[in-house]
Amino acid sequence: MTDLSQNAARRAIKTRWMLLAPALIILAFAASGPLLITLVYSFLTPGDYGGVVWDFSTDAWFNVFLQRDIFDDTLGWSDAHLSIFWRSVKLSLLTTLACLVFGFPTAYFIATRPKQHRDLWMLLIIIPFWTNLLIRTFAILELIRNEGTINTILIALGIIDEPIQMLFTEFSIILGMVYVYLPLMVLPIYASMERLDFRLVEAGYDLYATRFQVLRRVILPLVKPGVIAGSILVFVPSLGAYVTPRVMGGGNQLMIGNLIELQFGQGRNWPLGAALSITLLAIVMVALLAYVRVAGKEEVQHG
Amino acid sequence: MAKRAFDIRRQTGFTGIAIACFLMLYMPIILLVVYSFNAGTSIAIWEGFSWRWYASAWENDLVQEATIRSLIIAFWASALSTSVAVLAALATTRTRSFKGQTAVFAVIHQPLMVPEIVTAVALLIFFAMIKVATGYNGLAYLIIAHSAFCIPFAYLPIRARLQGMDLTLEQAAADLYATPFQVFRRVTLPQLWPGILAGAMLAFVISLDDVVITEFVKSAGQDTLPTYMLGQLRRVVTPEINAISTALLGISVTMVIAYTLLSKVRN
Repeated sequence: MTDLSQNAARRAIKTRWMLLAPALIILAFAASGPLLITLVYSFLTPGDYGGVVWDFSTDAWFNVFLQRDIFDDTLGWSDAHLSIFWRSVKLSLLTTLACLVFGFPTAYFIATRPKQHRDLWMLLIIIPFWTNLLIRTFAILELIRNEGTINTILIALGIIDEPIQMLFTEFSIILGMVYVYLPLMVLPIYASMERLDFRLVEAGYDLYATRFQVLRRVILPLVKPGVIAGSILVFVPSLGAYVTPRVMGGGNQLMIGNLIELQFGQGRNWPLGAALSITLLAIVMVALLAYVRVAGKEEVQHG
Repeated sequence: MAKRAFDIRRQTGFTGIAIACFLMLYMPIILLVVYSFNAGTSIAIWEGFSWRWYASAWENDLVQEATIRSLIIAFWASALSTSVAVLAALATTRTRSFKGQTAVFAVIHQPLMVPEIVTAVALLIFFAMIKVATGYNGLAYLIIAHSAFCIPFAYLPIRARLQGMDLTLEQAAADLYATPFQVFRRVTLPQLWPGILAGAMLAFVISLDDVVITEFVKSAGQDTLPTYMLGQLRRVVTPEINAISTALLGISVTMVIAYTLLSKVRN
């Protein structure tokens, strides 16, 4: 009897792994495996025309944040890399903040609509999210470029004589990223907000709270998990953004993603590019772990 | 006495910001679509309605080739990722937690967590090795790469559908001596269809829209529509790009709406 059930259990395990195998093979071949190879590459020596020479070296990892002075051979911080890392973090934080400023009221607005209309409003948020990122970036580009819609209108109205240079600035990158990632902020905040019990808000007013006090002391603490989740969901892709800074930054406002690409193009330093990729991945993983912890807590709270 | 009732849901300025938000989301896209019909060469000055940019995009050989390539890749990536996602969903849903479960979920969801640029670079490195070793430069690399990052998108709706499904029907079929395969074909699969279709469409859209991974994996002369557009943005932009964008947008929006409707189909 126990033999039979053990056999059945063994067969069930075998079936499970056979069913999983095709998906895992594809992912191992075109997702997980290549990442491991990237890690190996970060410890090799760059080849003269791109690629690598199979000699062990930790130079690439040194060069992520440090650089050796070519004259007196002293080690110093790599200002070029640090400034790009700093810009990436700064622009990602500003993007997150702007998404929060716009996304929070929007989520609140949707959550306070009549129940039968909420899905439609959410669909309006979701549609742009599933449409091509490049096309949306391009749509913003057309709006703010020198010969674009805004400048053309302002000149036609006689408000300005010369077009305002908005494109290829840090502002244009933030604008592009806010535009592209805003839905990622609205979705989780709305998910928290929808479960908000408005009797608590009412109780707040009964106790003579002002609107702002209710917002700060009642609503915000209740939807905090959604706010944190949204912030991380916006921050993570912003940090790894490649297309938006390339299109909106015009090649002189680099972010980490563009710095990585550079190593595989003109830079011809694949190991450094690999080391930079792993660094970016590590930062993102830390942020995602924080997200998992917050999400886990929220589930416990709401049962 | 005629004082308006105090609305506890109101927060000063929130409605205004929300409406500004919706305008901000849709205005650029609407302008993009409108100017694809511009008779002039400008993307900002309206000179009347015309189909000329659609015609010029249609007649552009590079656009035609890129479109066909995009569709071929999206079709195969969607078919492949959805098939393996169905199997994976069957293996991981409605079972007790099993050994290695966390690792399996981590691998399946990896494309959602790892920044695209990191995956792109990793694939560039790995496929460069294979290209040198085998000398093969075809579309298969792009199809495999797209299939991999489409798997979680196909997997999630299928899994959600499976989780919501009634177990008793399958048990009844098994009681009536149906083999496991018969149960799957005659009972599980028909109920699972909306989920599979939803997953396949999502995968198709995700593949069709990809820029970053395609840009790094493609060999010379393997532009897809998005990478072709990315290349064009460096030059003087004509409404031809708007016309291509509008066509792509049309496909995406249709699929997303169909997907939303499908995932609402009741069990």
